[in-house]
Amino acid sequence: MGLRTPPLGPVHEDAGATFTDFGGWEMPVEFDSIRTEHAAVRESVGKFDVSHMGEIVVSGPDATQLMQRLTTNDVTVLDPGESHYSAMTREDGVMLDDTMVYRLPTSVDDDFLFIPNAGHDEQMERRWRDHADGLDVTVDNRTAAYGLIALQGPDAKGLLAPETDLDLDAVPAFAIVEGTTAGVETLVATTGYTGERGYELLCPAEEIETVWDTLNCQPCGLGARDTLRLEMGFLLAGQDFHPDEEPRNPYEAGIGSVVELDTEFIGRDALEQIAVEGPDEKLTGLSLIDRGIPRDGYDVTTPDGTHLGTITSGTMSPTLGTPIALAYLPMEYRNAGTTLRVVVRDEPKKARVRATPFLDR
Amino acid sequence: MSFNVPDDLRYLDTHEWVRQDDDTATVGISDFAQDELGDVVFVELPDEGDELTAGTDFGVVESIKAVSDVYAPVSGTVTAVNDDLIDRPELLNEDPYGDGWLLELELADESELDGLLSPDEYSDQIA
Repeated sequence: MGLRTPPLGPVHEDAGATFTDFGGWEMPVEFDSIRTEHAAVRESVGKFDVSHMGEIVVSGPDATQLMQRLTTNDVTVLDPGESHYSAMTREDGVMLDDTMVYRLPTSVDDDFLFIPNAGHDEQMERRWRDHADGLDVTVDNRTAAYGLIALQGPDAKGLLAPETDLDLDAVPAFAIVEGTTAGVETLVATTGYTGERGYELLCPAEEIETVWDTLNCQPCGLGARDTLRLEMGFLLAGQDFHPDEEPRNPYEAGIGSVVELDTEFIGRDALEQIAVEGPDEKLTGLSLIDRGIPRDGYDVTTPDGTHLGTITSGTMSPTLGTPIALAYLPMEYRNAGTTLRVVVRDEPKKARVRATPFLDR
Repeated sequence: MSFNVPDDLRYLDTHEWVRQDDDTATVGISDFAQDELGDVVFVELPDEGDELTAGTDFGVVESIKAVSDVYAPVSGTVTAVNDDLIDRPELLNEDPYGDGWLLELELADESELDGLLSPDEYSDQIA
């Protein structure tokens, strides 16, 4: 099977981007340099093409019931135009994916939108259909029809405001509104994956180029997206959790707050048990004291060499200038300040447990 | 995109360069290599006095996104390493043929230089 390409692929090529295979999509990883792109988002504004993310729309009288059954958070608390973070779990509580769930504004005919991670859209579409038996609900996978742009950074509002008919001052965080941006019908959400204020703009794939070009700022690739999210301790599906290779439940992954045990969802009973007993391990922030860069797959040990876990994500933090990482560690070793070792090319390097997010925002 | 390939250097197909000065040689990575790697954030180099063998790895250069071994273009004894790179690894991006040099060594066998790529040959390789 060939790689899926985003509608903006040729535009990125003209801009001199380098590309990578991510979740079956050929996506820009770097336009100028990760450091430059990362700094643009932290200090001013940057734009990301995240059209590799899935879009699934769920509508009908029983849409709420289906969303409640298949996501861990309580969708009934969402009013039209609101969103929250959530997870999809198996019967045993292991996470299949994580997502934002949007209850669409009343101006839109549809009810819910959620955003499976790259390459997960077909699996999630199937899962939603498989559980729709007897329900009055439609499930529509619009991943190919939509393009998605993330505009992130302290100057995002100032850049977007003159290009849209929306009153951005009136849009709170975690909201979704419908408006016209650069003459294109867009759904504009005040969400993101960087820790900065910003917007995610959903528009028809064939018109995304108009919106992209109008938002004149630093284009950013998946490289900077990764360093930005890791500074915030945000999870990367497929790496910080994976149903086969890194099977983890939301409590272990540190997102227990999106598990609403008062609702009936797949995985609830297993998670209730884990909530009572407490997880044995939890995703933990580390920073290296010795010189070196922690990378996924590197071992974490005690100072005397006892194996404790494995790094799932690591990098040199461009903002902090220190090497940072995430690893699943036993509860007794994850107090902030605990001194451990990360094994880099057979050399144990001194590391300390740190609270996440690594960056205050 | 075109990359700087100074014509007074010899190159290894793994993107290291070597500059001969009598019986010593300076070693670094090429402009193409630093661009491929992106922002360099960490460099691990041998110690002075270490013996390097042509074609074997002697250190590591890490960018934000990648880890890359670096290989000795020629054999010899390390006489100096670029300590500035410890605090300023970005010198490798900014000036790969100047301030971003990696190490200096005393050549064990000058004739090894003849087996390396000429600037034209290396330019063809990265074209």
